[in-house]
Amino acid sequence: MEKVDVIIVGGGLAGLSCAYELADSGMTVLVLERGDFSGSKNVTGGRLYLRPILPYLPDIWKEAPFERHVVKEIFTAMGKHNSTTFEFYSDRFKEEPYPSYTILRAKFDRWFAELVSEKGSFVIPQKTVDDLIKENGKVIGVKSGDEEIGADCVVAADGILSFLSEKAGLRKPFQPKHFALGFKEVIQLDPKTIEDRFRVAEGEGAAQLFFGALTQGMMGGGFLYTNKDSLSLGLVIGLHALNSKATREEVYKLLDRFKERPEIKNIIRGGETVEYSAHLITEGGIYNMPKLYTDGMLMVGDAAGLGLNMLFTVRGMEYAIVSGVLAARTIKEAKAKNDFSASSLAKYEKLLNESFILKEMHTFKNTLAVLENERLFTKYPQVISDLFEKVMWVDENPKEEIYKTKIAELKKQFFNLETLKDWWQFRKI
Amino acid sequence: MKITEKLALDAFKNDKETHILLDQNICHTCKERFCIYACPANLYSLNEKGEMIVEFAGCLECGTCMIACIYGSVKWRYPRSEYGVQYRFG
Repeated sequence: MEKVDVIIVGGGLAGLSCAYELADSGMTVLVLERGDFSGSKNVTGGRLYLRPILPYLPDIWKEAPFERHVVKEIFTAMGKHNSTTFEFYSDRFKEEPYPSYTILRAKFDRWFAELVSEKGSFVIPQKTVDDLIKENGKVIGVKSGDEEIGADCVVAADGILSFLSEKAGLRKPFQPKHFALGFKEVIQLDPKTIEDRFRVAEGEGAAQLFFGALTQGMMGGGFLYTNKDSLSLGLVIGLHALNSKATREEVYKLLDRFKERPEIKNIIRGGETVEYSAHLITEGGIYNMPKLYTDGMLMVGDAAGLGLNMLFTVRGMEYAIVSGVLAARTIKEAKAKNDFSASSLAKYEKLLNESFILKEMHTFKNTLAVLENERLFTKYPQVISDLFEKVMWVDENPKEEIYKTKIAELKKQFFNLETLKDWWQFRKI
Repeated sequence: MKITEKLALDAFKNDKETHILLDQNICHTCKERFCIYACPANLYSLNEKGEMIVEFAGCLECGTCMIACIYGSVKWRYPRSEYGVQYRFG
C-alpha cells in the first residue's frame, strides 16, 4: 500500500485550508476530491465573512474570485399577500478589509485548489473515497475503488453527510431536526442591472433574507445574494418541519411560488436561470457535533458539524476554513512528536474550543429551540405586515386614529402569554 | 419553469448504476412518502404498480431523502468517482 503523511478527504474549503496550511511543512499531503474539480460538488447561499478568517489565513485573499462585497443587509418579513422590508446600510461595510463577500463555490474552491497545488499539496479530483482502512482500531488509510492509500493521519473533510465519520463510528445517527435543505437558482443578470435594482455602487452587493409566508409555516426562509453577474435565489427549509407539514406539497414548488411574488419577480425580471442546486445545512448546533477525532483521524468543516444558524446570519464557511487550519496545526505538532494517536490529536479540540468557532456555537446553542417555534414563520411576519398595511391603507372610509386602533391591535397581538413566552425564549440567543 | 427544465440546466455525468437504493418492503408500509415531498429535484414517484421509484440521474447529491426517510429505506451513497452532478456555479 502506497503511503503518504496526510490524506485529506474532500477538497472543499475545510480540506483545502488544511492542505494549504500543511503544504510547506515538508509532509506529503493528498487531497482527494470526488468532483471533477474542487467546488464542483459544493453549494453555498451564500457569502463568506472574511474578518473571522484573516487571523488564521491572512495573505491569500487578495486574488480570490469573490463576487461582490456586501454593503447592504435586507430583511423581509413576508405575509400572505404583503411584506415588510427592513434595510440596513453602514459605511463600515465599505471599509477594507470588507467584512463579507458573496461567492460561488465552483469558482471559489477551484481557485483555492490551484493555490493549494502551487504551494505543494496534491489535489486529486475524481476520487471518491469509499471507506477507511483501520488497523487495531486506528485509522491508517482510505479506500477509493480498488485503490488503497495509507497515511499517518486522515482528515475527514467530506462534508455534511460525512460517510467517513460514520465509518469511524464518530457520527451520531442522522435526524431530520438537525438538518435543513437549501436549494437555489443562479439567475444571470447583467452587473449594471443588479447594481441599479439593489441601489449599490459598482462592485458592491447586497444580501437579503426572507421569512414568513414563503415557507408556509415551516422553519426556514428565503435568501437572495448578489453575485457579479448573477443572483443566488433560494430557500432553506428544516427537514423536520418539512416532514411534519400537514398539507403535503413537493418542496421544490415553493421556490417557483416565491419567484412569482412581486417582491422577487421585479428583482429577477429579465434574468436567466443558469443552474439549479441543492445542499444540506446543519441546524444541530453544538448539541449535534460528533466527536472530532480518533486514532489517526480528524474531522473538519461540515463533517465536524461546524455550522450555525444565528437567525440573521448563517455561518459555516468560515468555520470550515478555520477548522482546517487548526487541524493542520495539530497535525504539524503530531508529526513533530510522531504521535497521531487520539490523545495527541486531542489538541485539535482544544484549539477549536479556544477559537471563535466553539465560542459562537456555545453562545448560540439555543437557536434551534427558538427556531422550532412556528409562530416565527407564521404569525409574526404576518402581523407586522398587516399592521403596516392598515397604517398605509387609504379608502373611502375616514382613517382611524393611529394610536388607538393600531397600538390596540399591537397590544392584542403581542401582549399575551404566548408572545411573552416566545420573548422569554428569544432572550436566550 | 418546470423542475425538469431546471435540472436540464445542470451538468450531469450519469453512471449506469444507481447510487440510491430503496427497500421496497419498507416503502410498501410507508404512508407519509417523505421522499416525494423532500427531494428538491422531484426524483421520487410511485410507479403504476404502486412501488416507490427514484430516478437517480438528476440527483443533486444533497442527501435529503436519506435523512427525511426516517424509516431507513433510502440507501444512499455518493456516485462513483467521475459521475454525478458537476456544478459550474455552486
